[in-house]
Amino acid sequence: MSVKTLEIDGRMLTGRTGETVFAVAWDHGIQIPRLCHVGGLSDVGACRLCLVEIEGRKRLQASCLTLIEEGMVVKTATPKLKSHRKLIVELLLAERNHVCSVCVMNGECELQDLAASHGVDHVRLRYQFPSLPVDTSHERFGIDHNRCILCTRCVRVCDEVEGAHTWDVCGRGTASHIISDLGEPWGESDTCTSCGKCVQVCPTGALFSKGKTVAEMRKDRGFLKYIVTAREKKQWIG
Amino acid sequence: MTASPPAATVKDNREKLLERAMSRYQYSGDALIEVLHTAQELYGFLPPALLKTIAHKLRLPASRVLGVASFYHFFSLQPKAAHTFVVCLGTACYVAGALGLVEALDRSGAKPGSSGAKNDVSVQTARCIGACGLAPALIYDGVVHARATPQLIKAELERIGVK
Repeated sequence: MSVKTLEIDGRMLTGRTGETVFAVAWDHGIQIPRLCHVGGLSDVGACRLCLVEIEGRKRLQASCLTLIEEGMVVKTATPKLKSHRKLIVELLLAERNHVCSVCVMNGECELQDLAASHGVDHVRLRYQFPSLPVDTSHERFGIDHNRCILCTRCVRVCDEVEGAHTWDVCGRGTASHIISDLGEPWGESDTCTSCGKCVQVCPTGALFSKGKTVAEMRKDRGFLKYIVTAREKKQWIG
Repeated sequence: MTASPPAATVKDNREKLLERAMSRYQYSGDALIEVLHTAQELYGFLPPALLKTIAHKLRLPASRVLGVASFYHFFSLQPKAAHTFVVCLGTACYVAGALGLVEALDRSGAKPGSSGAKNDVSVQTARCIGACGLAPALIYDGVVHARATPQLIKAELERIGVK
């Protein structure tokens, strides 16, 4: 497999042809922020947090969807990118009702961590305060649409790994929301296998196990790599 | 699951026509939008049971079928009212007083964007229908009216028996 050399944040790095800028950066310890990417699932470029500057390209590029090229010069943390990322986090926080103090994922939430690492001490935008439901009809899990950031990790893990495709996105624009099957309550879904993969990959407290109270929910981030490696390579690396 | 497709009668061949449309595309999942178009033409709207049938026949997940149907404004998930007004709110129509038309329709009790069957009138707004020369344009029951006026709307509403 041919190898390509590129520069990321002033470091000369190599990656295999077909790898993304995002993957090569992370392989070398350059942690580009992300919310919609999860190792083992396809990338969709939904969260826009992994935007990078590439020399010779006018627009910012989503690094999770940009393939590496020979001689590429990439910058991942310029002041411009940092300010955009901060605004994206603020937009996400303002869009729905992210009330950390009463959230099951308080302290373990990827959105909360990003807000902290980007210095989001307040939100400069007007909160939308949409009226959104919480569906706890499933026997073991619940979905709180107030915490959902529409990263579609749950949709992809259900489709690509579990194969059930119970979840999808319904509507458009600010009315977009996650649905199970034809919009029935989760507990009445005929396709859901109750495997819980969606719960584990959800970056926020939108999907949670029942019985967890504030800040008690912990998610297993390693299981997906284990399953995907097992499926693709027939290797069971614990 | 509340609404279901209108009950089939002996003379109802809509099911057959939908089946024919799907078979024309070899029941390919890629033809979902085309099939939804046909279904909407035949039934007027897309009730959950119909979406489920389509999902099953095209071998697609139900959630994706609803996702697609709900994304496009063209598809309606609720039964349409007997009379439909679409007010164009494109720049030309807006400048020419389209908001006056929306206001006149407000009196019918139907809110823009709703296909609610109050008074059997549904009111919708469109970004631009590409008829800027006719501004303000109004589509009333599928017919485009050029230089529509609140008076015209009032007269039409009276004619169909709304206050």
